[in-house]
Amino acid sequence: MVTIIDYGTGNLRSVTNALERLGAEYTLTADPDAIRRAERVLLPGVGEAATAMAQLRDKGLSDTLKNLTCPVLGICLGMQLLCAHSEEGDTACLGIFPNRVRRFPEQAGLKVPHVGWNSIHNLKSPLYKDIKEGEYVYYVHSYAAEVNECTAAVTDYGEPFSGSLYKDNFFGCQFHPEKSGAAGSRILANFLSI
Amino acid sequence: MLAKRIIPCLDIKDGQTVKGIHFEGLRTVGDPVELGRKYADEGADELVYLDISATVEGRKTFAELVSRIAREIDIPFTVGGGISTAEDAGALLLAGADKVTVNSAAVRNPSLIDEIAGQYGRQFIVVAIDARMDDTGRWVVTTHGGRTPTERELFGWAREAQERGAGEILFTSMNHDGTKNGYPCETFARLASELSIPVIASGGAGTADHIAEVLTAGRADAALAASIFHYGEIPIPMLKRALHERGIAVRI
Repeated sequence: MVTIIDYGTGNLRSVTNALERLGAEYTLTADPDAIRRAERVLLPGVGEAATAMAQLRDKGLSDTLKNLTCPVLGICLGMQLLCAHSEEGDTACLGIFPNRVRRFPEQAGLKVPHVGWNSIHNLKSPLYKDIKEGEYVYYVHSYAAEVNECTAAVTDYGEPFSGSLYKDNFFGCQFHPEKSGAAGSRILANFLSI
Repeated sequence: MLAKRIIPCLDIKDGQTVKGIHFEGLRTVGDPVELGRKYADEGADELVYLDISATVEGRKTFAELVSRIAREIDIPFTVGGGISTAEDAGALLLAGADKVTVNSAAVRNPSLIDEIAGQYGRQFIVVAIDARMDDTGRWVVTTHGGRTPTERELFGWAREAQERGAGEILFTSMNHDGTKNGYPCETFARLASELSIPVIASGGAGTADHIAEVLTAGRADAALAASIFHYGEIPIPMLKRALHERGIAVRI
């Protein structure tokens, strides 16, 4: 059973559709007790970092999330919220990953948001079992986490950034596995079997 | 490296995929979800579904279809046709569309772009522009599938659309559409140099070389086509390999 954190940001439909395609059962909730008891937690996120963090705090989920010991996957903004700090709205995030999240720098020829299929390299973590180096996944974002020891996949866009993060039971994908075709389905399936 | 995208476009009438046949009108070619699935499996990077239904009933069928596509297709898809308000766009987002495309409605009411981008983010809106080069060399923006010329000019309108919040520009040259003689690459290159958002090239491809050219010399970020895929003239795996062999970054 996957517990999807429903904290009032964005559309969860594409994530639930992807889980249904994989035959996974899921529940949507913002109840801290239910989340503490979860087998597996998915933190989605579309929108703006400061607003999303405020929503998590309002619902009393900030400490709940930090203390989880089950597998947790943050997707897109959900991964950024697991980081230490986001430049978007100068937001203190959950700090599970020590990474800072910064806006892509203005430079000639670099279109922001970074939208489309880009390749992932230096793959680490059980999420990438049977995923080949250089596989393409689908991104839509303007802010990105820096590369450090928690980086589980590197993507290059103007400069290298963390396409994915990994620490203990916490996982993050900046890209959208639910929109990344067969490779994305495999990554989600890998998460479901951790 | 960010890949260049290949995007099949499906026209939908009353819930069915249709394609135009010369002198015969439209022929139904099957279930939109199954065809989309097939393209996705073959390596399409995104799909575009355009509703060309003329009836209220047909439009309702399309909205239901969008939910079905979202359930079954695991790559991004864009929907368009008949979006004239931000509410129309919002309903499609809720149904599971990743992006919407607006064309004539945005020419009529440019603030539609601001409204959709403001409410749902600029990554959600693709502004489609159909333009025809006149005898003086000016690219005149047209509406209603190229039938109605407007006062607007391509480059100015594309810049305005970007300033208003368009996330991408989908440009079709009405001089080239359907000819299979290739794209106006210089025009595409100028669009790319004047814009900071991605440009999708549409209309005119007859060969893999044409697509390679618009993605390199034309500096387009993506190529959209319908008939070359529907008729199997250039199967997507073959096209991707051909682009890869020419050193173009594509997802294979």
